[in-house]
Amino acid sequence: MPYKKTELKFNGKINTCEIGAGDAAISIGGENTLLFLGDEGFKPAVGIAITDSPEDWSDCFTDIFGDDLKNPAAWAKAAVEKSGADFLLVKLASADPNGANNSVENCVATVVAVEGAINVPLVVEGCKNAEKDAKLLEEVAKALEGKNVVLFSAVEDNYKTIGAAGGMAYGQKVSAESSVDINLAKQLNILLTQLGVKSKDIIMDVGSAAVGYGFEYVASTMDRIRLAGLGQNDESLQMPIITNISGESWGVKEAVSTLEDAPEWGDQEARGIGMEVATAAACVVGGSNAIIVRHPESAKTIKSLIAGLIG
Amino acid sequence: MAIKGLDIFKLTPKTNCKECGFPTCMAFSMKAATGAVPIEKCPYISDESKALLSEATAPPMKSIKVGSGAAEHTLGGETVLFRHEKTLVNRNLFAVELSDAMTDDEVAAACAKLEAVKYERISEAMYVEVVAVRFAADKDKFVALVKKVAECGKIPMIITVDADLAKAAVAVAGAKAILMGATVDNAAAMVEVAKAADAVLGVCADSIEALHDLVETIEKLGYKNLVLQVSDTSIKEAYANAVDIRTAAIKGNDRSFGYPSVVFTNRLAPGDINMQIALASAFVLRYGSIIVMEEMDFNAALPLFGLRQNIFTDPQKPMRVEPKVYEFNKPTGKDPVLVTVDFALSYFVVAGEIERSKVPAYLAIPDAGGYSVLTAWAAGKFGSTVIANFIKEANVAELTTSRKLILPGKVAVLQGDLAELLPEWEVIVGPNEAMQIPKFLRDLQA
Ligand code: B12
Ligand code: SF4
Repeated sequence: MPYKKTELKFNGKINTCEIGAGDAAISIGGENTLLFLGDEGFKPAVGIAITDSPEDWSDCFTDIFGDDLKNPAAWAKAAVEKSGADFLLVKLASADPNGANNSVENCVATVVAVEGAINVPLVVEGCKNAEKDAKLLEEVAKALEGKNVVLFSAVEDNYKTIGAAGGMAYGQKVSAESSVDINLAKQLNILLTQLGVKSKDIIMDVGSAAVGYGFEYVASTMDRIRLAGLGQNDESLQMPIITNISGESWGVKEAVSTLEDAPEWGDQEARGIGMEVATAAACVVGGSNAIIVRHPESAKTIKSLIAGLIG
Repeated sequence: MAIKGLDIFKLTPKTNCKECGFPTCMAFSMKAATGAVPIEKCPYISDESKALLSEATAPPMKSIKVGSGAAEHTLGGETVLFRHEKTLVNRNLFAVELSDAMTDDEVAAACAKLEAVKYERISEAMYVEVVAVRFAADKDKFVALVKKVAECGKIPMIITVDADLAKAAVAVAGAKAILMGATVDNAAAMVEVAKAADAVLGVCADSIEALHDLVETIEKLGYKNLVLQVSDTSIKEAYANAVDIRTAAIKGNDRSFGYPSVVFTNRLAPGDINMQIALASAFVLRYGSIIVMEEMDFNAALPLFGLRQNIFTDPQKPMRVEPKVYEFNKPTGKDPVLVTVDFALSYFVVAGEIERSKVPAYLAIPDAGGYSVLTAWAAGKFGSTVIANFIKEANVAELTTSRKLILPGKVAVLQGDLAELLPEWEVIVGPNEAMQIPKFLRDLQA
């Protein structure tokens, strides 16, 4: 019998979400099949990450960016240029009340400077303290009104503030963060929409882990979310997925061990890139519509992987 | 599975003679349809019907054995497309490619690397299982290289379309070597060679349609010990092929595509190791059975073997270790106590680092639900009470005179409460990452 293609039947569609404004705007999502299987060529976007506190970042970043590491705006510009990334994420780690406890005003100033230095969409990551992030991301939303940035991320404990400010008052996009669990992802999306945030303004951050470190849960969570959104047409799970794998990938032993710690493992920078590229590629085929990495080389590789897959 | 109980029932004599051990033909048929009892149990079903049925009740994807002896591995045999639906059963294998065009020094260096990149991770041996040898120009050298690969305990993958050369190569390759491959032009001759040598035959064609036709031709020639090569010219086509072949087998009941696949990332992205890592990672998730790379240094091995280990765990069986006090580096009753959770991954990572430190120590593991440190903490299964109760119930204070209790850095918040619950202990916050344990323990000892 001649070959006949077996199609997985889907009746749902992932929302299209535009991020950034004007010339810099890009759109993510929109697919109605698992990524890379349809002919439509929906293209995941690749983002590059920077932070306002690079102290614990690997030495290779000092070699690449030099003094720019001390100046987020200059670093942002260099990071986009060197990586060719589609968008940029800036993490405001300094805001952490259990760390440097930098003020909201200072952090907002940093973000405004970063935004002015680049011509790609911006994702603003808080410090992962729910209370502080609520204040911080609210002020960021206000300061960057009209720029259509992504507030990364709202969690169960602060979604009201971030949702109201971001998605509603100042017209930004809200990333909804859950911890590798389809039900939690669904629940937070529902809470946000009930609050009044339009579902097209929500992006899901469903959690991540480095490959080898519980990644099976991430892979299966993404599979289940996509099959629910596409196969069962579950509207509360049809938001595009955004995944920041940079911290996890560069935080595990394989990337952190120096050549001195593990001489047999060889070049440390190559190991960090390896962890990052493998983790990012796995997320992208799993259905992530926007993937965030740290190293310019990783960004280039994932961009060409995506270009290859789309053909 | 397409076959239904009723289809089997139609083939029984419907006499309810009970010889099969079931009260009725219907009861037997329902069980047989699930694969729980073999059709052969009913002596009254004709051989013809049995042959038909065993075809129909066969799993959608064949299990193919490659390599022999210690190097034997099973590929394929999958029944679902996504691991959460049940589980993925046979992990993919990794390969690197050599060729007779390489100089002796290059071959020696490649072999040395295969020896060097070998390690254990969570009680699983990590190494490259298959070595592909691609024919370039020198037949004698090619055959010698295949022989060498087999002698090193690797599974040889012989890449040539020349049936005579293939015959010479499989002769030195050991049982169940992989022969790449059969094409429309040489299929009959290659099947002969593969059959005679009990080799696994790789099938290669220019398009997915042509591949399907060729598999059918080869099956008609009586050979079903096959693996299928996905496109090696375009990333798009390679990925689509891998997904479409597996989907046809599992969902479309297309037995001609019920075979494992072979992906050459080295041909898809020559010279670009990061791109090969990215591709390999994508194919670990999406249906690559043998994934070939140009080379496998630690920068590729660490992420890829780790990912494979994750993806091919059974989601129905969380990996746990027994909650108890473990001993490392021969403690002598005066050494510090570290605390972690009973999630196998956390345990093995921490255990490996304590061993590396060479500092004698105890590792106390309460029942934390089999979760990672932060997951268990967030789930309320690794709080100060849980830890304090365990330290008391396991009589840890009698195992050692040391009163140093070291917490994972990620649960530093527990320090205060725990110090109150265990007043005789000095509760110390350890580092965040296990890799910092050796230095930490040595400093503590000093
Ligand atoms: C996979 C995963 C799960 C899996 C569970 C897997 C498992 N068996 O544990 C599932 C999906 C079930 C899950 C569930 C939940 N999870 Co979860 N999960 C993760 C994830 C993605 C990876 C965890 C992992 O495997 N890590 C790898 C292991 C090896 O790490 P580890 O145990 O910490 O060990 C390291 C160190 O701690 C150190 N170490 C370990 N022991 C020791 C001991 C000493 C002495 C020292 C010095 C060091 C040390 O060494 C290791 C390597 O360096 C993380 C996010 C992430 N990327 O980390 C979230 C995460 C841990 N989960 C989280 C949460 C909230 C949950 C839930 C509570 C969600 C919910 N509300 O239901 C549930 C809890 C379970 C329940 N309700 O029953 C949060 C915790 C937030 C927080 N800071 O408290 C995280 C951080 C995600 C997030 N960002 O929100 N989770
Ligand atoms: S042995 Fe065959 S005929 Fe007898 S009861 Fe079983 S199925 Fe029916």
